[in-house]
Amino acid sequence: MNSLFPSIVSRSQSSGLMNFFVPIISIVLTLITGSIIFVLLGFDPVYALYTFFISPISSTYGISELFVKATPLALIAIGLSYCFKNNIYNIGAEGQLTMGAIFGGGIGILFHDTNAFWLLPLMIFVGAIGGALWGLIPAILKTKFNTNEILTSLMLVYVALFILDYLVVGPWKDPFGYSFPKSRPFSESGRMPLLFDGLRVHFGLIITLFLIFVSWFIFSKTIFGFQLKVSGYSPKAARYAGFNQTTLVFFAFAICGAFAGIAGLAEVSGPIGLLYRDISPNYGFTAIIVAFLGRLHPIGIIFASLVIALTYLGAEDAQLFLQIPSAVGFIFQGLVLFYLLGAELLINYKLTYKKLL
Amino acid sequence: MNLDLILGILQIVLIATTPLVFAGIGELVTEKSGVLNLGVEGMMLVGAVSAFIILVITGSYFLAFFVSILSGIIMSGLFAFLVLFLMSNQIATGLALTIFGIGLSSMLGKQYIGTPIDGLSPWFFVIFSFLIVFLVSYFFYKTKAGLILRAVGESHNSAHALGYSVIKIRFLSILFGGSMCALAGSYISICYAPMWQEGMTAGRGWIALALVVFATWKPERVLIGAYIFGGVTILQMNLQALGLRFPGQFFSMAPYVATIIVLVLISSNKLRIKLSAPASLTIPFYRGR
Repeated sequence: MNSLFPSIVSRSQSSGLMNFFVPIISIVLTLITGSIIFVLLGFDPVYALYTFFISPISSTYGISELFVKATPLALIAIGLSYCFKNNIYNIGAEGQLTMGAIFGGGIGILFHDTNAFWLLPLMIFVGAIGGALWGLIPAILKTKFNTNEILTSLMLVYVALFILDYLVVGPWKDPFGYSFPKSRPFSESGRMPLLFDGLRVHFGLIITLFLIFVSWFIFSKTIFGFQLKVSGYSPKAARYAGFNQTTLVFFAFAICGAFAGIAGLAEVSGPIGLLYRDISPNYGFTAIIVAFLGRLHPIGIIFASLVIALTYLGAEDAQLFLQIPSAVGFIFQGLVLFYLLGAELLINYKLTYKKLL
Repeated sequence: MNLDLILGILQIVLIATTPLVFAGIGELVTEKSGVLNLGVEGMMLVGAVSAFIILVITGSYFLAFFVSILSGIIMSGLFAFLVLFLMSNQIATGLALTIFGIGLSSMLGKQYIGTPIDGLSPWFFVIFSFLIVFLVSYFFYKTKAGLILRAVGESHNSAHALGYSVIKIRFLSILFGGSMCALAGSYISICYAPMWQEGMTAGRGWIALALVVFATWKPERVLIGAYIFGGVTILQMNLQALGLRFPGQFFSMAPYVATIIVLVLISSNKLRIKLSAPASLTIPFYRGR
């Protein structure tokens, strides 16, 4: 006879198979829990799940919207994996995104009546600088003053949001904007080119795919990527090998900040076209889930960004057609991360049923 | 400055700081047992909304606080299950708890935004916040159970070898932390505000986490830290009200910037942090059956 409950036994080596299956298991469990929640709210679960997950992407426009939402998520998540691979918990990507939008968008406002080919590349570049600088603050505080990066990077999110708020109601307010808290619109050449006529999916997607490819190359083919991984697995081994941890922290934060900054600039120069208060529906925080769900792997992150982007679209449709508050999207995001973290047990441990007799 | 004004400001500081004390002391107990729970903000929000909804439905303050604390126990129980039994990464799990809590609280509270309620006088809770800090301090340093809890946080393997149940002790510490966070949340939605608004805790959960570092994991110092932060918050509001010619957003940043500065000052002494932080913090316990 076997015991009722399995016991947990450590694996000698992480399971590669489980590494692949754990995200899928967690998505399936989230869908099951989601249908239970819908039943409790008094909806037909099949219809609710259809409204949430299928109908948003059943048109060309819907698929384009999926890519619009997935673009910033994937870009920030790939940036975060530089940090997370090295066990650096930068959770302030939302602030770095905001700073990128402020810096790059500032250029857009400065040249609001200029139409020239160099404008957008300059905005992207300055946006990346802005995000990187904001990311370097926690890096400096961590390396020079031993300050926990989780709390400092998060506090800087609030600071960045207040700076943006100050700018759009103060010095950068649109003089013709009827005192709405928003800036002047950028000029036509300061906008991300659209990829298809009539759809909102924009050039930011190409930038994102390019940077994901570059990151894949860095992670798997360069000594820097190797150093990141080693110091994440074993800081001691990294020290003995003579890797400079301070440099790694600086690079990880700067790259992550730059990517988040580009994501922020791509948002304001893409779908939005100007600066205002609510430029991001928590992309910087949600990207943390994307990074974990994609297991910090470039291909995984692409798929994870599409899945999580769908929760944004589904939440909007659920609000529209079922009158379910759109916050249910965050619940799904939290659930998928819970299940993922719980199921990660299967990667490093196995469940066995002991024989009782 | 006349006496009335000073007393008035002192009152406001006391009222505004109390939720930081509750959340800070709860998280401190959790961390002392060796577990870092980053879900404070999420648990506070769910605690705030559940207290508010129960108060609107039943009209009973007792039930409101009771259900709120229950919600904190459930939320932190979920976290405890993941980090203790499934040995998940504590930092990521705490973040998941906060994201989940933000979503859950806004969904539950959607139809209650703008509902008026009669607020409760905060003074009982203000006094209780001081009391609980001294009780926790007494528990840690004068009782055997407190010593065991601290031992589990310092070295779970030694505590386990001595025959103490690491998992049980951590579970209870996490639940205590969760109920304190929920109490902090319900205090905000019922006594301090009193209303419900999405994300109304406004980062206080994260400041509570910073407070534990500021306090170098010593209960009484949570009070000192909380009152410094509370003081800064009220000071910026008053300066703003005095009409200083300076954009309001820079005042609103003050508590967050102050948190960063204080953290830097405290942690720049590496040795002090190393000596005061529970040695097993964030390290999962695996019994190796």
